Amino acid sequence: MIHFDKITKKYNGCVALDEISFTVKPKEFVSLVGHSGAGKTTLLKMILVEERPSSGSILFGSVNIHALKRNKLHKYRRKIGAIFQDFRLLPNKTAFENIAFAMEMAGRSDSEIAADVPYVLEMVDLGDKMWNFPRELSGGEKQRVAIARAIVNQPDVVIADEPTGSLDPINTYEIVQILKKINDLGTTVILTTHNKGVIDSLGKRVITMEKGRIIRDDPTGRYVL
Amino acid sequence: MVWTSIKRVIKAGAVNFYRNGFVSLSSVFIMTITLFVIGGVIFLSATLSASLEEIKSKVDVNVYFQTSASEEEITALKGILLRLPEVKDVEYISREQALENFKKRHENDELTLQALEELPDNPLGAVLNIRAKEPSEYEGIANFLKSENALSSGSTPIIDEVNYYDHKTAIDRLSNIIRSAQTLGLALAFLLVVVSISIAFNTIRLAIYISREEIGVMRLVGASDKYIRGPFVVSGVLYGVSAALITLALFYPLTYYLGDSTEDFFSGLNVFRYYTLHFGEFFLIIAGSGIALGAVSSFLAVRRYLNV
Repeated sequence: MIHFDKITKKYNGCVALDEISFTVKPKEFVSLVGHSGAGKTTLLKMILVEERPSSGSILFGSVNIHALKRNKLHKYRRKIGAIFQDFRLLPNKTAFENIAFAMEMAGRSDSEIAADVPYVLEMVDLGDKMWNFPRELSGGEKQRVAIARAIVNQPDVVIADEPTGSLDPINTYEIVQILKKINDLGTTVILTTHNKGVIDSLGKRVITMEKGRIIRDDPTGRYVL
Repeated sequence: MVWTSIKRVIKAGAVNFYRNGFVSLSSVFIMTITLFVIGGVIFLSATLSASLEEIKSKVDVNVYFQTSASEEEITALKGILLRLPEVKDVEYISREQALENFKKRHENDELTLQALEELPDNPLGAVLNIRAKEPSEYEGIANFLKSENALSSGSTPIIDEVNYYDHKTAIDRLSNIIRSAQTLGLALAFLLVVVSISIAFNTIRLAIYISREEIGVMRLVGASDKYIRGPFVVSGVLYGVSAALITLALFYPLTYYLGDSTEDFFSGLNVFRYYTLHFGEFFLIIAGSGIALGAVSSFLAVRRYLNV
């Protein structure tokens, strides 16, 4: 489904990613682990075309995503649900509106929005915080809104970059459970994390990175560094 | 579909305008100043041109005729003068009228009036007051009169004196002052407008700079450029509309208050009457500039941050 082909990224001569190649299959749950600076986040940014590789390519299905024109990019991004460590919610929109925004720009009708937004908010257990602004929500709640936004358009892939990085253990556990549920419902999930407990509880494929290279790729891996 | 998008963009713009209360308030405030300057420039140019018009109309050239000149000759000359393209207006004052005017001017001067009584005949000749369209054209008219007088030299010349030559320096200086006042006024107005427009533009850029991360997030979750930009442009238009309404409302009491004093000072132009009379134009110019400034500034400012 997503194929990384010899992706290399250099910043001012420093190598951040060094000829990374691997494939993510549909409905897979892949965790990327490694120290800070190992290149995990850069790799996820490549999938979102927030960063471009110095060489190599990423195929999404059969499409080379870095060859997409600017005016086609947003349509591709709608196939991906993105979750970030710093949540990246729109501060001037309520929880409902943040999610509705993702649906609006995908061209969904008002009646679909009115039906689906409460449904996904209920799914992440935030039905009662629908009309709160992000500043009125806790970290864990914000991240659940962000997850709801990422999945509401039923994307092919959900990418989550350190989604539990700034959360306490209980919220971390809940977020991971939600991601698992999303995966169980048939969506591919790519997750980066530092959290050993998260990885060990998942029991799914783990790719370990170090200094811009893949050093281990276990189908039912554990967190080993 | 298109209609739904437009509706959503307008709604999002209006909601942002309302929720970013403080930012909107400052943008509207700055833009009000800009529109105020634009409006002020219109008033300034109106009063300036009214005053110049007034001064110009006070300048004329008088042709004094010999007492022997017949009325037909004078009327004939008047007809010729009126056909000249530079001439705006010619006023004929007959000998009798000239005498009346003279008497009126000296009604408290017994001695002069008595001396006048002593004379066997009316000593004053008829007069033509000539107004040119532009002060600089008096010289040409004076020269024409000179040659006209020379032409009729076969008989006795009918023109006694043309007072242009006495007034020449004054008229020349006045034409220069009028010309430089117009140029200077225009340059100053232009400068003021440019400065205030750039301030308003940069204020809006700052307002959007605050939202730069938001714009990036919108791109990353798959919003198209149009969908991101639209609400900002709508907010910009709302800044413009609000600022225009405030400006137009402020001009009302202000011109009312200044109306009488401007009428005295600028000889005839009452800014309040001018404002109410030309309200339609003011509305179009002020609201139009506000909307255009808000929309264009927002459109350009968002572009910088769309590069994700």
